[in-house]
Amino acid sequence: MKVSLFIPCLTELMFPESGLAMVKVLKHIGAEIDYVEDQTCCGQPAFNSGYRKEIIPVAERFIDLFKDKEIIVAPSGSCTAMVRVFYHELDLNPEKKEALQSLSQRLFEFTEFLVDQAKVNGLGGSFPHRVTYHESCHLSRELGVKEQPRKLIRGIKDIDFVEMEKPDTCCGFGGTFSYKFPDLSIAMVARKCRYIEESGAEYVIGADSSCLMNIQGYLEQHKMKAKTMHIAELLAASLKL
Amino acid sequence: MQLNPKKTKTYIKSALRDQHLKEAVDRATQSALKKRQDKVDLMPYWEDMRWQAHKAKAGVIDHLDRYLEEFEANCMANGTTVHWAVDGEEARKIIIDLIRKNNVKSIVKAKSLTTEEIYLNHFLVDQGLEVLETDLGEYIVQLLDQIPSHLTSPALHLTRKDVGKIFHEKLGVPYTEDPPELAQIARQKLREKFLAADMGISGVNFAIADSGSFCIVENEANAHLAVTMPRIHVAVMGIEKIVPTLPATAAFLKLQAISTTGQKQSSYVNFVGGPTRQKFGEGCEEVHLVLLDNGRSTILADPQLRETLFCFRCGACLNNCPIYQQVGGHAYGWVYMGPIGISLLPQYLGVDEGRYAPFTSSLCGACYEICPMRINIPHHLLKLRNRVVDSGYSMKVEKWAMWGFGFLASRPWLYRLLTWFPGKFQKLMPGNRAFPAPGYGKERALGRMDLKGFRKRFKEMS
Repeated sequence: MKVSLFIPCLTELMFPESGLAMVKVLKHIGAEIDYVEDQTCCGQPAFNSGYRKEIIPVAERFIDLFKDKEIIVAPSGSCTAMVRVFYHELDLNPEKKEALQSLSQRLFEFTEFLVDQAKVNGLGGSFPHRVTYHESCHLSRELGVKEQPRKLIRGIKDIDFVEMEKPDTCCGFGGTFSYKFPDLSIAMVARKCRYIEESGAEYVIGADSSCLMNIQGYLEQHKMKAKTMHIAELLAASLKL
Repeated sequence: MQLNPKKTKTYIKSALRDQHLKEAVDRATQSALKKRQDKVDLMPYWEDMRWQAHKAKAGVIDHLDRYLEEFEANCMANGTTVHWAVDGEEARKIIIDLIRKNNVKSIVKAKSLTTEEIYLNHFLVDQGLEVLETDLGEYIVQLLDQIPSHLTSPALHLTRKDVGKIFHEKLGVPYTEDPPELAQIARQKLREKFLAADMGISGVNFAIADSGSFCIVENEANAHLAVTMPRIHVAVMGIEKIVPTLPATAAFLKLQAISTTGQKQSSYVNFVGGPTRQKFGEGCEEVHLVLLDNGRSTILADPQLRETLFCFRCGACLNNCPIYQQVGGHAYGWVYMGPIGISLLPQYLGVDEGRYAPFTSSLCGACYEICPMRINIPHHLLKLRNRVVDSGYSMKVEKWAMWGFGFLASRPWLYRLLTWFPGKFQKLMPGNRAFPAPGYGKERALGRMDLKGFRKRFKEMS
């Protein structure tokens, strides 16, 4: 099975570790890795800010790069949703639109791919720490991926997995929202971090680096105990990859 | 108190500083959500019901012209007088003409957002009339000269202690914070007004096309009195309130009651099918129905956004919204607040007034998840953001930045070059962090750029 990597800009620029961890786990389950070096960003920051025309060339380029790939996997629910759900709302050239239809069926978020496609129920591994899971909005609500990451976490030996209060409440990031409405965004992440703190977790696990960056930023400044960790890094660490 | 949606950022800031407000809103929304969930858990067919209602409403909205004609004809056959108003001004004129013609002095009102939308109360008071809100929550906000802070619980931003104080100050009664006692005080004040009123004004929850009747849903029986005691009943409804048949109405009523208060059924559902005083010796002599467009027909033109007309104002999206939970309803600066409010605002009032509205969301989708009518609010907000931007209401800097972003993301060599740069730039920044942005700093640290990036690290690994 050949898996092509879809590396979001945030993974490229700020959190390459989560991308590398994803590669390690994919290799561990026997996947052959393919990496398109010429990929850039999916265009979500502009799309979410109301700019649609501006990202049509970006979307069409993405489709061209990935249309012939067997399986495409991304370490982000948000970027996966951008392509799989929101690209369809763009005024694309009909030919690209058709390619997008089929591409969308071969594009998966990392945990969704592991559980639903590769039929991984748990990878074994060991991680003797208390963790909680933050449900990122696009992953859970646009893609409907709620149970898959939890299944993978529960599959780790000696992990102490606790649910925080309202794990599906937004962390308040929302891309450009976080600086267009900074006070509101901070109030939202403050609440999220309170729930994390109350769970007593040492690590808050998530499947989107954007939410984790936002949460980590608040945890750090407020000297809270928990640390953020991408689920790919958790799996790689538990397997000592 | 007139609010201005363009000032929403200021309102949000002051709401966030108001700890008392935050607690009141948090308590009320969490309790409403829990009551709703308890009922939904008992209904295995809840999801099916939502989709069926969505489909039924889509059928009506797609052929609204035909349904409105059918409804009007059946209303007239029942003896209800139908008036059409293209906007708020026309609606107010229709109502004031009725008031003058019938020499009305005193008016009682049942809770109605549509009348809030056309600023009816202020208008009537300015004309020297006595207008009294009879829903307890509405009565409280009227005493404070505020607008409702929630679609279904107008005084949600106040605690019972607040209400005790307001009654003590405004009505001169001894202070109490006991809810039944407070309700009793309001009831006594209102009862005499019901008896004296010449006109009752209400909204409409559902207008039933095939019977020419409409319903008014409530829990306090005040609406029942307001639309049956006075001689004349005037109901104001948005043209989107149509449902096809009586059996279909039953499903909508259920979805609404559960989503609003977690009740299986609202305490009172009043069906108004024309004047009854002549026929039965009680009820109104005249029933007038004002059908209000006020921007709704332009929404119909967009096949995607017309879904926002499916809303029956249950308020569940407000309760479930992490932003509403923080700031309450007044922060939005308009009569319709929360996720559905910000998707209606730029459509009703135009993109100039509504330029901030669709951006007041983190697009988390909690609204879509809970909406009984399955209105995909986050997707509509995205489309409306695009409308705001394409109408030229975005900052020049942002426009250039986004164009630059598109240019960059289409050219991998440039992307590589420029993604190398922030890492170098970061070394010059305080705390060795990525470029500064509003909202990042003392309260929340910005992340760090990786000095190599994934591409290089991936190569090193293999």
